[in-house]
Amino acid sequence: MTPGSTTAACAALLRRDLTLAWRRRGDIALPVLYAVIVVTLFPFALGPEPALLARIAGGVVFVTVLLAMLLSLDGLFRPDIDDGSMEQLMLAPQPLALLVGMKILAHWLTAALPLIVVAPVLAGMLHLPSAAMGVLVVALAIATPLLSLLGAVLVALTAGAKRSGMLLALMLLPLCVPVVIFAAGAVAAAQDGLPWIAPIAWLGAGLALALVLAPLACAAALRIAMES
Amino acid sequence: MANWVPLWLHRLGSPPTFYRFAGAVYPWALGLAIVLGGIALYGGLVLAPADYQQGDAYRIIFIHVPSAWMSLFIYAIMTVAAFIGLVWRIKLAETVAMESAPIGAAFTAITLATGSLWGKPMWGTWWTWDARLTSELVLLFIYLGIIGLYHSFEDRRQGARAAAFLVLVGAVNVPIVHFSVNWWNTLHQGSTIRLLGPSHIAASMVWPLLTMMAATKLYYIASLFSRVRADLIASEGGKAWVRELALGHAQDGKA
Repeated sequence: MTPGSTTAACAALLRRDLTLAWRRRGDIALPVLYAVIVVTLFPFALGPEPALLARIAGGVVFVTVLLAMLLSLDGLFRPDIDDGSMEQLMLAPQPLALLVGMKILAHWLTAALPLIVVAPVLAGMLHLPSAAMGVLVVALAIATPLLSLLGAVLVALTAGAKRSGMLLALMLLPLCVPVVIFAAGAVAAAQDGLPWIAPIAWLGAGLALALVLAPLACAAALRIAMES
Repeated sequence: MANWVPLWLHRLGSPPTFYRFAGAVYPWALGLAIVLGGIALYGGLVLAPADYQQGDAYRIIFIHVPSAWMSLFIYAIMTVAAFIGLVWRIKLAETVAMESAPIGAAFTAITLATGSLWGKPMWGTWWTWDARLTSELVLLFIYLGIIGLYHSFEDRRQGARAAAFLVLVGAVNVPIVHFSVNWWNTLHQGSTIRLLGPSHIAASMVWPLLTMMAATKLYYIASLFSRVRADLIASEGGKAWVRELALGHAQDGKA
């Protein structure tokens, strides 16, 4: 890798973001802790009947993961905008979409991957049958990058706004409906012993589309947000 | 070639010209909307016969269906305006997109409210997780998200550009709402009025429906134009044409 090349810049940015996340390890643990607590609340609210919990386990885990990711999304670009490094990224000779894509990748590695790791434990607490466990992990592995990419576009849009916490939820959650439908649908199908590959394929198609379009949209949105 | 059409459109894009044009159109559009709306209500509630299956309860479609059409139509207009505003940076197009959003949200809310009033006697429930109902609800949330994003910026122009971007992202939902009754065969009935091919509805019920559709379109034009006029006055407050307008009115008042 020659210094100054696009590959080197991407690698450097990824290393920087991961180092920053590692220096603040406690922040990585917070979404996981949040997800564990939310899932724990469901048996208290609905009663500890295993049949009922097994029925809703897949959906509860997906919604919990979605909300936990929402918590961490707000900090995706905010620190960079506050300390001025976002301006540097925009002035860099490398395409902004690629650099933003690296930031999204770093966010997925630090915020979503721990959630995927802990998801089988959460589903197990809700008595999800072990046959559906593999499908749950596969669906999460495809759905979480999709959520990261979608969320990044909307975070970029709110980057120039005064207050953005609740607004982000209002904008992101309606757009997440198809992702939740397909991901939870795959797990429900696996639980009933039906073929589950079709919803997974739809998720994969959505991910392929988002991988190409979302970084470009994100870069355009950031330019709008940083205009003033 | 008719050269005056693009020329006229181009001139219309300037705020003072549009302000005068909208002011001239507004009373006509509003008046026609009220007249046509009254005729359509009379035709729908009094003249049209009761349905052989649903009785008089079906009459809510004269509000429900035109509102549902408008909820999608306004979003389509917003998408086009937002695209024009983002690509060619025409301020008026951004204003049109942003001022359409509250009107579209109101029509979507009316659609959902009247639909649930209809659903109670017909389906026996206020709400069901039917594909069309759910996608219409998502449409309402998207409208609200756009309005919220627009108002959360200090700078109006920047807020309009960010929200216009969100309009383009949310446009994915419009075809889903429209085709949901065909793609998922659930509780909500399919469309009975078709542009292509025969409609599945009696002529005595069609004309009030189409008249109401024209009335809602005209109401949208009237409402949009008056909102855009107010927004132009507010955002162009320092410009010469607004000052002239204000001074002219002040002199009229003295005389």
